[in-house]
Amino acid sequence: MSELTVTVLRFGLLLLLWAFVLSLAGVLRSDLYGTRVINRQGAPARSRRPGRDQAPRRNPRVPTHLAITSGPLTGTKLSLRDKGVLIGRNPESSLVLDDDFASGRHARIIRGEDGWYVEDLGSTNGTFIGDYRVGEAVPVETGTTIRIGKTLIELRS
Amino acid sequence: MRSLRTITTIAPKRGRNVELVLIALALAVVVLAYVNVEVAANETVPAGLLGHAGILAAIALVVHLVLRWRASYADPLILPIVTLLNGLGVVMIHRLDIAAGRDFGDGLAFKQLQWTALGVIIAMVVLVMLRDHRVLRRYTYTAGLLGIVLLLLPLLPLIGHDAYGARIWIKLGPFTFQPAEVAKLALAVFFAGYLVQTRDVLALAGRKVLGMTLPRGKDLGPLLVAWGISILVLVFETDLGTSLLLFGLFVSMLYVATERVSWIIIGLTLAAAGAFVAYQLFSHLQTRVLCWLDPFSPEGVEQCGQLGSGLMGLAAGGLLGTGLGRGRPWLTPLPETDFIFNSLGEELGLVGIMAILALYAILVERGLRSAIGLRDGFGKLLATGLAFTVALQVFVVVGGVTRVIPLTGLTLPFVAYGGSSLLANWTLVALLLRMSDHARRPEAEPDTPVPEAPTEVVRR
Repeated sequence: MSELTVTVLRFGLLLLLWAFVLSLAGVLRSDLYGTRVINRQGAPARSRRPGRDQAPRRNPRVPTHLAITSGPLTGTKLSLRDKGVLIGRNPESSLVLDDDFASGRHARIIRGEDGWYVEDLGSTNGTFIGDYRVGEAVPVETGTTIRIGKTLIELRS
Repeated sequence: MRSLRTITTIAPKRGRNVELVLIALALAVVVLAYVNVEVAANETVPAGLLGHAGILAAIALVVHLVLRWRASYADPLILPIVTLLNGLGVVMIHRLDIAAGRDFGDGLAFKQLQWTALGVIIAMVVLVMLRDHRVLRRYTYTAGLLGIVLLLLPLLPLIGHDAYGARIWIKLGPFTFQPAEVAKLALAVFFAGYLVQTRDVLALAGRKVLGMTLPRGKDLGPLLVAWGISILVLVFETDLGTSLLLFGLFVSMLYVATERVSWIIIGLTLAAAGAFVAYQLFSHLQTRVLCWLDPFSPEGVEQCGQLGSGLMGLAAGGLLGTGLGRGRPWLTPLPETDFIFNSLGEELGLVGIMAILALYAILVERGLRSAIGLRDGFGKLLATGLAFTVALQVFVVVGGVTRVIPLTGLTLPFVAYGGSSLLANWTLVALLLRMSDHARRPEAEPDTPVPEAPTEVVRR
């Protein structure tokens, strides 16, 4: 073996080793996963998407979005999606309440055959419509106000 | 700040094809290293190159296929890194075999390959049988008991085995085994299961002193027990490395579970106090410290010339190394186990061992990243603990041979020669792969209801 081949082999090993490390770094850079948190206070209009998220019928009694009218989140809105809206303190929820009176998985707003329903998920402090404590799914329509802890959520179309 | 947040899940790519490419690259590095060694020794490309490389390739590919089958979202970086480290270790051991005049057939490298194969088989069994890491939580206390029994096994009269001044082996017929390597896995499961239950008490109760919340006296119990066990290991098995590893593992998991800096401070204080008292009482620890502070003094050279000679090896390697097969790493005693890092450093140079340390860093990062992605407290703690075990072990070994801390007898994971270490670390990697699969797999649908569980009647 010539001196040149030996040198090439020797430095080739170090180069290839570092090429491996750098390609790992490249994969690391593109390997993002987890949850994306969109903070909508201050820029509420930016991430609201029309279209698919809207209820199909334009009946004014059928709500299309939620609006928070009281509590720490006042003024924020969230569209009703067909797969439903999970409300609670759990960061996986669609609506994350920073409220000590809310449970991790507190309540759910789900789509029934003829409109939207709210359902309590066994929360500690309850979900209320007026004075009525929600248990099983109850229908809701535009104008209904749901109270969870200190938060009032109004359904709007 | 209180605000409305909507949360969407970003699903990762499965990354199995990326993994395959990276495994091929890792194998290329190992094959090139092998060619380097053989060219230095015999001036020819080895005849059995394809066969020997094929064994390693087969091992890596089988795990890859099992991942495709059973954990398709597992982290794509872990397996290539481990393949490279293991392969590079085998090549280095083979190189030292040549220096010691051993054939491939009866050399340590072949044994290391056999242990690798066995370790991989166990890892695959773990991957196939353990579909969900949360099952392990049921065995919290069983794992704790198992860990302590394994730790104490070397102290038993018949099977315990003394070597190199430490009583950490058990001997069954021709086989020797270091049960502490497996004990660290069992104890990580135990710590995770235990801390996930008790962390609220450990985190919340206590008084505030100097801006730090001190825990109540009675909550110190578990920490004191862990401390006591590591002191026992230190005193009776004279194994400083395992002792450090176990206590460090517990303190770090305690910190992750409670987010309390006070636990780290208390832990470090206890460790320092224990180490100081042990230092006063036991001569072998005094020797270790002497070698650490002054390896080139006459006593240091006499007591532990290996440390000085290992440092000389590193120095001889310099920046770019002598080239694989062209240095003289066999001048240091135990070049394929405790001092394999110096052997690699001498022949690959600073550039080479920095790459190896970077690989360990990425491996640990992937473990911690999986811990963040996991959605259950037990898994988070277990993944953190396992990743931290690797990190701490690398630190203790590399720190020991480079005189950052006193030299202790731990093995460099995947690289150093040793069956029990390989088996335990492949199992550790299988657990990490299983948990990373769980962390990265997108959830079916966050808004779907949890199926109603029937109320169970508990009879006593």
